[in-house]
Amino acid sequence: MYFGLSDNQTLLQDSVRRTLERDAPLDDIRKFAQGDNTPLHTIHASLTELGLPLTLIPEAEGGLGLGVLEVALVQEMLGRYAAPSPFAATYGMAVAGLRVAQADKQAKDWLGRIASGVVIMAVGVNEQIDCREDCGVVASGDKLSGKARFLLGADLATHYLLAIKEGLAIIEKDAKGVKEIALTTIDKTRNVCALELKGATAHIIKDKGAAVAAMINSGRVLLAADTLGAADMMLEKAVAYAKEREQFNRPIGSFQAVKHMCAEMAAKLEPCRALVWYAAYAQDNSEEDSEAALMSRLAQTHLSEVGQYVARTATEVHGGMGFTDLLGLHYWFKRIGSNRLMLGAPEFVRAEAAALQNWGIKIGDKNWGKP
Amino acid sequence: MDLNFTQEYEDFRQQVRGFLKDHKGHAPARTSRAVSGKARLAWQKILLEHGYAARTIPKEYGGYGAESDVLKSRIIAEEFAKAKTLGGITGQGINMLVPTLLELGTQEQREKYIAPTLRGEMVWCQGYSEPGAGSDLASLRTAAHIDGDDFVINGQKIWTSTAQFSDMMFCLVRTEPDAPKHQGISYLLLPMDTAGIEVRPLITMTGAAEFNEVFFTDVRVPTTNIVGKRGEGWMVANATLTHERGMLGNPDAALSRLNTIADIMLQETSSGAPLMDNAIYRDRLVTLQAEVYAMKFNGMRLTTNAKEKKSSGMAGLIVKLQGCELNHRLAALAIDVMGAYGVLYEDSPLLRDEGLWQTHYMFDLGLIIGGGSAQIQKNIISERGLGLPREPKVPKVPKGN
Ligand SMILES: Cc1cc2nc3c(=O)[nH]c(=O)nc-3n(C[C@H](O)[C@H](O)[C@H](O)COP(=O)(O)OP(=O)(O)OC[C@H]3O[C@@H](n4cnc5c(N)ncnc54)[C@H](O)[C@@H]3O)c2cc1C
Repeated sequence: MYFGLSDNQTLLQDSVRRTLERDAPLDDIRKFAQGDNTPLHTIHASLTELGLPLTLIPEAEGGLGLGVLEVALVQEMLGRYAAPSPFAATYGMAVAGLRVAQADKQAKDWLGRIASGVVIMAVGVNEQIDCREDCGVVASGDKLSGKARFLLGADLATHYLLAIKEGLAIIEKDAKGVKEIALTTIDKTRNVCALELKGATAHIIKDKGAAVAAMINSGRVLLAADTLGAADMMLEKAVAYAKEREQFNRPIGSFQAVKHMCAEMAAKLEPCRALVWYAAYAQDNSEEDSEAALMSRLAQTHLSEVGQYVARTATEVHGGMGFTDLLGLHYWFKRIGSNRLMLGAPEFVRAEAAALQNWGIKIGDKNWGKP
Repeated sequence: MDLNFTQEYEDFRQQVRGFLKDHKGHAPARTSRAVSGKARLAWQKILLEHGYAARTIPKEYGGYGAESDVLKSRIIAEEFAKAKTLGGITGQGINMLVPTLLELGTQEQREKYIAPTLRGEMVWCQGYSEPGAGSDLASLRTAAHIDGDDFVINGQKIWTSTAQFSDMMFCLVRTEPDAPKHQGISYLLLPMDTAGIEVRPLITMTGAAEFNEVFFTDVRVPTTNIVGKRGEGWMVANATLTHERGMLGNPDAALSRLNTIADIMLQETSSGAPLMDNAIYRDRLVTLQAEVYAMKFNGMRLTTNAKEKKSSGMAGLIVKLQGCELNHRLAALAIDVMGAYGVLYEDSPLLRDEGLWQTHYMFDLGLIIGGGSAQIQKNIISERGLGLPREPKVPKVPKGN
């Protein structure tokens, strides 16, 4: 029994850390947030040079055949530097789904195209989780119509990958009958979009639910990992600021009120690391699918709560400076805030976790979500 | 990451299961409140013989003499928990004093005290806190001076858990009144039946007398009863405190509590519907479940670090604070789940679970305060873990009005 990272996993994470330290400085995050796509391309090129897009892709399809844990370690670093990247959506979620659907030749081919770098996918699963208004996409043959919301990884995407009733549907970005609507969220470090489809042609990979589940589960683990990295960075910045900033002739970090805010952040955040590791590991190693599903939900919701606490407390430690645009702390604050509500608000996701354990009402029951 | 156990450990697990199957009939009920008692001592004897208590304590001191192996210890804990079977005796003697004696005691002290302590025949209490010295323990004033071959002790201890049932006390006294406060303390062992010791039980909020005041009037103990040298007591005590903090905030206890609460919520009904069907209660349960698992995995990470002889760092520093807090919140949920029945207590009609959850809820608050309060833990986390500045030393601050 060994609960921890292997030497290779530590090396992998360190190399991503060093690369992003160099290629994703705050100035560049700010540039991207203001509409300049150069940093996005730079970061994508660096990750590609390290071979990271290949992480989860099976070896037969030209990938490295590693697991969701490795992907999560990379994502944690992307969160840490609030870096824009299609990594979570394409190389995490899409690959996780296609990997499960591999029996279908089409899925294998798409994995190969992703490995070669010519295909990048924005991923839409929102309607499977929290369907509002009259959203949802229906297939008639290979033609899709309807509305999809909150596609993740809209940056750099060449294709859209949607979860539909029949399985996975892949649509080319410029296909006829597709209208992409860019959404503006609080989080300017990543873009999300919506789609309106009117008879758009799709490649449909049939799936009874396992591929969509794998996509959602791994997506949730990656949101948790992203929040872990972002919150870790916010805590580090708060501690550094508390050592530096003086008031009443002493560093504010010598005031117990401030020390205790920092201690509480650390105390809540540290166990999250082990939870994220395990949830990621469970995606590839648990004997029962329900374990992978349950752990992804516990990790996502717990990181949402702890992330929110750290985001507001670290900001508070910085005083007025924390509230400014100048310091840029808000990029992490907003990234954590956005992670919290992607792929399901915590209350919904916890209800799913309960249902997985046969605790109370089943998902979809008419009383679902009611007290 | 590799959560599989090698064959050696799988075999060991089978061995533990086999033992439990054959012997668990001798184990006293887990809920029984008696710490000693015949059945408990007989069970302890069986556990010692088979290496399921005092496993790594050398044979010459009455232990089992196995090599220290954190994974085997984990497997034992897991299997006993699964079998809902009471494990070996715990307490301040076994958990704190024994490791301290092994580390810093004399040969004679080890021979005299360890074996009976392991058998559960010698019960210890910890005499550290005083009315004027709680969090600021080093300011303690109970004094001992040397007279011939004896220390003569005068003063008072307070909050001494189980002193009224204890045979022995390990305690801190001031032996060098002129030395700086951390350097004037010594660590002494004394029999509780020594002339001049008076124990007055204190009733706590749970209604039981969980701790005591202990008064010393010209209490004489031989100078050989010191552990470490004169003036080194602070260092010796710190070795023990590390053992105490490891004891508090155990994640296995939290997980078994969580599962019990889930069972209650499935069985307990309100207006005919199981409590589990109430989305708000369910949400609280799952929120806590995520925290319990985070602490469980954090514990596994610590086990691996210990096995690899790596420092536990922040993951270790936060256990007492987070673990005690989590247990307390679990008890709070259990009480709320029972509605008005949740406040029934003692031997009331309609009582559920022997009123255990209220006892937990109150006692866990005691654990949040005791053994280094939550605030002191946060000082430690921020200073040792995050490197924030230490508390500035200030001259005596006048009282507010
Ligand atoms: C259930 C229980 C069992 C116990 N068993 C034993 C035992 O067997 N043997 C024994 O020797 N002792 C025992 N204790 C005593 C325990 O160790 C002390 O209660 C504890 O160290 C706190 O000391 P105090 O009670 O004097 O509180 P105080 O030190 O007076 O603290 C009061 C409040 O002030 C806060 N505070 C104090 N100093 C600081 C600081 N520097 N920074 C921030 N906040 C601060 C505390 O956090 C607390 O909230 C037990 C206590 C309890 C509750």
